Amino acid sequence: MNLNHIKIGLFIPCYIDQFYPQVGIATLELLQKIGLGVSYPVQQTCCGQPLANSGAEQEALPVCQNFIRNFSQFDYIVSPSGSCVYFVREHYNILKQTDEVVRVRKNTYELCEFIVDVLGVDDLKIEYPHKVGIHQSCHGLRGLNLGMPSELVAHQFSKAHQLLQRANGIEIISLDRKDECCGFGGTFSVLEPEVSVKMGKERIRDHQNNGAEVITATDMSCLMHLEGIIRRQKWDTKVVHIAEILNSNRL
Amino acid sequence: MREHPEKAAQFLKDEKRADWHDRTLWMVRQKRDKAAWSVSDWEDLREQASRIKEHVLSSLDTYLIQFEESARANGVHVHWADDALHFNEIILGIIKKNKAVKIVKSKSMLTEECGLNPYLEKNGIEVVDTDLGERIIQFRNESPSHIVLPAIHLRKEEIGELFHEKLNTEKGNSDPQYLTAAARVHLREKFLSADVAITGVNFVVADTGTVVVCTNEGNADMGVHSAPVQIHCMGIEKIIPGTEELAVFTRLLARSATGQPITTYTSHYRKPKAGGQMHVVIVDNGRSKRLGSGLHQNSLKCIRCGACMNTCPVYRRSGGHSYNYVIPGPIGSILAPGSDIEKFKDMPFASTLCGSCTNVCPVKIDIHSQLYSWRQEIGQKKLLSPAKRFLMKIAAKVLANTFWYNTFGKATRLALRNLPEKVIYSKLNVWGRGRELPQAPNESFKQWYEKTH
Repeated sequence: MNLNHIKIGLFIPCYIDQFYPQVGIATLELLQKIGLGVSYPVQQTCCGQPLANSGAEQEALPVCQNFIRNFSQFDYIVSPSGSCVYFVREHYNILKQTDEVVRVRKNTYELCEFIVDVLGVDDLKIEYPHKVGIHQSCHGLRGLNLGMPSELVAHQFSKAHQLLQRANGIEIISLDRKDECCGFGGTFSVLEPEVSVKMGKERIRDHQNNGAEVITATDMSCLMHLEGIIRRQKWDTKVVHIAEILNSNRL
Repeated sequence: MREHPEKAAQFLKDEKRADWHDRTLWMVRQKRDKAAWSVSDWEDLREQASRIKEHVLSSLDTYLIQFEESARANGVHVHWADDALHFNEIILGIIKKNKAVKIVKSKSMLTEECGLNPYLEKNGIEVVDTDLGERIIQFRNESPSHIVLPAIHLRKEEIGELFHEKLNTEKGNSDPQYLTAAARVHLREKFLSADVAITGVNFVVADTGTVVVCTNEGNADMGVHSAPVQIHCMGIEKIIPGTEELAVFTRLLARSATGQPITTYTSHYRKPKAGGQMHVVIVDNGRSKRLGSGLHQNSLKCIRCGACMNTCPVYRRSGGHSYNYVIPGPIGSILAPGSDIEKFKDMPFASTLCGSCTNVCPVKIDIHSQLYSWRQEIGQKKLLSPAKRFLMKIAAKVLANTFWYNTFGKATRLALRNLPEKVIYSKLNVWGRGRELPQAPNESFKQWYEKTH
C-alpha cells in the first residue's frame, strides 16, 4: 500500500482528549512513525455513545452529525478506542445513510485493527521489558472482532496479542478469565457503582495473581475505571494504553 | 419497589457470599465451554437452532394447531389460555373436576410467571414443588434466583438449617448427600399421595403431539407416573416441528445449561396412561403481542437454559433476586420490559453491554442488542428519571458543540485540579465511591495539538 497518499483522520475520544492526552499523542506519533499522513480535526468532540447507551439516541444525533462533518474527508479514521469505533460503525445506523455516513462508518478503525488489517504490519519493533496483562475490552473483542471471544467455539486469536508478542523483552501473562468484562460499561459505572467496582477489582486481581506489572487494553475507558480502583486501593499495578506500548519502538 | 442497583449493592455487602456466588456460576460457565468444545460443529448447531426457532415463530399458528390435532388424536385434552388468570383458572378447573387436593409440580418457569402456586393455595389446594431447588425455595417462601439453579443463592449450611426446621434432619448436618436423601424420603411420600402432577415443558413436537420434559432428578416422571392426572404447561413458543428438530435442541440444551451432554431424563409424554388423564395447557400471556412487536420477538426463541445468567458478570455479582422480574439476568432483562416497560425500566440498564450473553446463547438471541434497543424505547417513552433526562439534555448540548465541549472540558479539569478533595469526593460523586477520578492534566490533547501543529 502506498502510504503517502492516504489521508488519515485521528479520532481522539472525548475522555482521552480531556484526561489522557498522552494516549492521543502516542497514537499520533506511532502513525506518523509508520509514515502516514495524519491530521486531527480540531472541531471534533465525542462520538455520541455516552448518550445513546443511556437510552438517548435521539439526543445523540447532533453529536453524531458533528462527528461525520469532521471526518468525512478522510480515507481512514483511526482511534485508540474500540468502544467508540464500535459505536460509529454499528450504531450510526440512526443517521440518514448518505454516502458520507456510509463511508465514515466503513472507514473508521480501532488502532490495532488498522495496523494489522489495513497496514498488514505486526512487528512494530517494540522494546517493552515488562510483564503485561492484556485486558480484552468487550466492544473491541465482541463488537469489532479484535479477537475471538472465549464463548465461541472457533479458532482463538487476538490482534492485541499479535502486536505485542513480537515486542522485545515483553512477557504476556495468561489470565484465569481471559475476557471477562471489567465492569466499566459507560454510564453503568455510575448507575451501578457497587457492581461496577466489584467487577473491576476482580479483573485487576486476576492480572495481579498472574504476575502482571502492567495492564494494557485497546480502550482507555476500561483502564480509567481500573486505574481509579488501583489508586484507591493503593496497589502498584500500572495501567498503560496499548498505543503507548506500541509507540515505545525503534521504528 | 427497590431497583436493581440498590438490591445489587445489598447483595454485595456480604462479599464472601458474593464471591462464592460468582465462582460457582463461573464454574458452570466453564463446564458449558468444555461441553461446547466437545461438539465440533457447535456454532453450526446454534445457527441451526436459531433458524428453526425463527421459522417456528413465523408459522406459530400452523404448528400449534397441528400439535392440537395430533395430541387430541392421542387422547390428550388440549386447553388454550390467553393470560395468567385464564391459565390458573384452567388448572384449578381440572383439579376441581377431579376432586383433587394434593398436587405435585416439577419445574416450570411458566407457572412462576403466572403465579400458579399462590393462586391454587388461595383456593385451598396444596402444591408441592418437587425439584429439589424449587422445594428449598418453596420452604423459604422465596422466588427462584436462577431459572435452572433456583436455589443457587443459598449455601449448603443454610439448607441444612432449613431442613432441620422443616424435615427434622439432624441439627448442624449439611452434608449434601444426607440432605438430598432426606428430601428424597419427604418427596417420595408426596409423589405417592399426589392426585395431580403438573409439569413444565421444554419442547413440544407438533407432528407427533409429544410433550418433552428434561430434568436431572426424574421428578417430573415420578409425578406423572404416580398421579392419575397429568397436566403439562407450555408457552406458545415451546413448539417445534418434528423429532428431527428436537435432536438439535437436546444437543444444545444441557450443554449450554450445565455442561452435561444431555439431561439425566429426557421424557417424552404422548398419551394418557390407562385410566388416567393427560392435559396440555397452551399459554399466550403476552407472547403473541411480543411476536407482533417485531424488534423484540427474538426473545421468544429462548429455551430457558440459563447460560446467559452464568456468563453474565453483572448477574454473578448481583444475584437473581436483585432483578425484579420472575426471570432474572440478561434474558430476563429483555423479557421483563416486554411485559411491563414502566415497572421494569431499570432492568435493561443492569448490564455493561459486554455481549457475552449473546455469544453463549444456544439459539443466538442478540441479547445485548435487545438491551440496547430497550434502553432507547425507555428513553423515548420518557421513563428515565427527570434528573437523568435533564443531564442527557445538557450533555447533548455540550457534546454537539465544539466551543461548549472545549470550555466544559477545561472547566472540569480546572475544578478537579483545584477544588479540595472533600468537595470533589462528596456524596454526589458516585464514581468516587470505590474509585479515584482520573488525574486531570493541564492540557487536553486538543490544546497540545493546537499548540504544536
